[in-house]
Amino acid sequence: MPPDREAPTVVVDDVATRTRKVVPILPSSEEVALYEIRKTIHPRAVHGWFAAWRWALVFATQLVFYGLPWLTWNGRQAVLFDLGARKFFIFGAVFWPQDVIYLAVLLILSALSLFLVTAIAGRVWCGYACPQTVYTEIFLWIERKIEGDRLARVRLDAAPMSLEKFVIKGLKHTAWFVVALWTGYTFVGYFTPIRDLGVRAITWQLGGWESFWIVFYGLATYGNAGWLREQVCKYMCPYARFQSVMFDKDTLVITYDTARGEPRGGRSKSADRHAKGLGDCVDCGICVQVCPTGIDIRKGLQYECIGCAACIDGCDQVMDKMGYPRGLIRYTTQNALALGSTARQMWKRVFRTRTIVYGCVLVAIAGAAGASLALRNPLKVDILRDRGALAREGAPGRIENVYRVQIMNTDETPRKFTLLASGLPELAAVDLEQPIELGPAATRLFALRLQAPLEPANVAPPSPGPHKIELTVQAVDDARVVRHEQSTFIIPR
Amino acid sequence: MSDFMADGWGLYVAIATLLSIAACGLLLHMLGKMRVQRPKPGAQVETTGHVWDGDLAEYNNPLPRWWMWLFWLTIVFALAYLILYPGLGKAPGALGWTSAGAYASEVRTFDAKVEPLYAKYLAMDIKAVAADPEANAMGERLFLNYCAQCHGSDAGGSKGFPNLRDRDWLYGGEPSNIRETILNGRNGIMPAFGAALGSEGVRDVVAYVRSLSGLPSDNVRTQLGKPLFAQNCAACHGADGKGNQQIGAPNLTDRIWLYGSTEAAISETVTRGRGEASAVTRMPAHKDRLDEGKIQLLAAYVWSLSNAK
Repeated sequence: MPPDREAPTVVVDDVATRTRKVVPILPSSEEVALYEIRKTIHPRAVHGWFAAWRWALVFATQLVFYGLPWLTWNGRQAVLFDLGARKFFIFGAVFWPQDVIYLAVLLILSALSLFLVTAIAGRVWCGYACPQTVYTEIFLWIERKIEGDRLARVRLDAAPMSLEKFVIKGLKHTAWFVVALWTGYTFVGYFTPIRDLGVRAITWQLGGWESFWIVFYGLATYGNAGWLREQVCKYMCPYARFQSVMFDKDTLVITYDTARGEPRGGRSKSADRHAKGLGDCVDCGICVQVCPTGIDIRKGLQYECIGCAACIDGCDQVMDKMGYPRGLIRYTTQNALALGSTARQMWKRVFRTRTIVYGCVLVAIAGAAGASLALRNPLKVDILRDRGALAREGAPGRIENVYRVQIMNTDETPRKFTLLASGLPELAAVDLEQPIELGPAATRLFALRLQAPLEPANVAPPSPGPHKIELTVQAVDDARVVRHEQSTFIIPR
Repeated sequence: MSDFMADGWGLYVAIATLLSIAACGLLLHMLGKMRVQRPKPGAQVETTGHVWDGDLAEYNNPLPRWWMWLFWLTIVFALAYLILYPGLGKAPGALGWTSAGAYASEVRTFDAKVEPLYAKYLAMDIKAVAADPEANAMGERLFLNYCAQCHGSDAGGSKGFPNLRDRDWLYGGEPSNIRETILNGRNGIMPAFGAALGSEGVRDVVAYVRSLSGLPSDNVRTQLGKPLFAQNCAACHGADGKGNQQIGAPNLTDRIWLYGSTEAAISETVTRGRGEASAVTRMPAHKDRLDEGKIQLLAAYVWSLSNAK
């Protein structure tokens, strides 16, 4: 660059402080591979308020995940997704393929909850409850127990292979594999009865697909939580990428208070930082060391940040030691930081158009889904007119039409049903044993013969051609369990 | 593909495929070795130059290296696939896999699974099979699949298609008769007598036929029809009109009418005959469509409709 020219500059918006700076473009650059070799991240153990919350959620979610398949309900597994029988059992409820709408509703509710939570507090799902975070936390804990904390791990990874290193690494991977395989076994246990699966696993009699899914899910857990970790969030997760559109200036994000922290620098605890012209940041680097995605939060909001708040816990401990107020890194909003809002003012902004709309839609759909579930009719009836024949003479002067009727008793109470046909004078079923008995969660398909007289007593004879008829199937013991199905009855010319 | 193309194209496609894969590999190899300048931390990051929505720019950052290994993996997968399966031009692939073969193998697997079940029922007497509730349920499902289109879901039949539950049999109702009917089909024909009898003669015969099963008929015509019946119809339907199961001639005295009992319907039957003009009225043979086990179960089910309980 010729000496008479000024260095090129660029205008940079500092998101955190809402200031605009002109910074020089430094000519310095480094040579890197086009495909960047990943730098292993060794997150340092962190304790504190937010870490405790994460562990609480780890326990809560994993207690549910590992525990649920072992519960029994009315003599069967409480939660079982029986793909072979095409029935999903969830405690007292049985879902049939016809109920797939509830799956859609569940997905919509999950998406809306995510929108709402993200608009209010950013990536809390990512930071506390996402399986990727949860299993990474569990695997990191095992790693820490076996290999030691950050420094020990950095040293171990740098050391050449030795018997000791081999044993330690071997131990870690064995422990990881045990957890991963148990996770795979639990996962498959949601689809095939888990106790039975366990017996067959011990006696080495697992089926091909069961073995495949146990190993596949286990390996996925091992690979994602043991090896890929933050790479999943950075390069694979679509949610990580699109949730930024749900952020606004009132969304809580983990932020370094630049105004308070800068200029950063080391000092002794007794030194007067104001006299030295230093900010509150002692530049200890703890916030970087604890970060599971390996970023420096002091550079502002970055897409890699999963919102786990490890840096907040780390920094608060340092602030405590230094005798400075906590919250140099804290959950705050862009607006609060720029306007200097109090916590109260900031929390009031939680209620804004976006969150209120998300919330109302969420409540409305949840309410509708809940009501629909509560009022769900356990009886399903399908009627299909025989296509082979239009009509026939059943008995002299009586026209007969044939139907296939399927009655499904979807819940687990055995029931008796009566069937009534209406729509034509003296229309009646013939040779049908009533009431029709159905076992728990059972289906019955049968041929139904309906007859109507050509010349009914006291009323005009039905005209030739198709007539709309209605089939009423009703439970004997419960008047609310009833279905009305339409079909056609043909009187020949 | 060989059905539609000259042989040379297979070679062309194979070469094009391999060259493309090789080119991908070469590109990957070069990019893997490539080194680029990246601004040091603190320096302004280079963007791709595209700007969306006025302020969204894309950083020009390196890709993770494990992505490159995934790309290599796809190349390995492609080559392995092309070796094992048909895909490289006209090469059949080392495994000899074909979609027809896969289908046949699935059918074989399934057949092997159900074979003992059918074998059990094939070894049993049809009447004994009919008494087995499991066999009966299987028979019902088979019936709904293969028979209900013509005979109805309830086996009640319709015009031209016999009712299978009324104890009236054109060709006999013993299990062996039913099995024979399903196996080889039936092809009963009522010849047309319109020309031979004349329209008056037809009316007389119809009156007589109706009288056989006690339907109201003109007395005079019934008397006139009797000798005509003996001359023209008795050969098949018997002198007493009770039919002949050897040739499937229906019993005319039992009030069961395959084509209807009205004068018009019977007159149509006599004048134009039944079954000559159209194959619809024939019972097709099923020996080439269904295997023995299924036919055994169907025969038992059909027999049970008018005999069991």
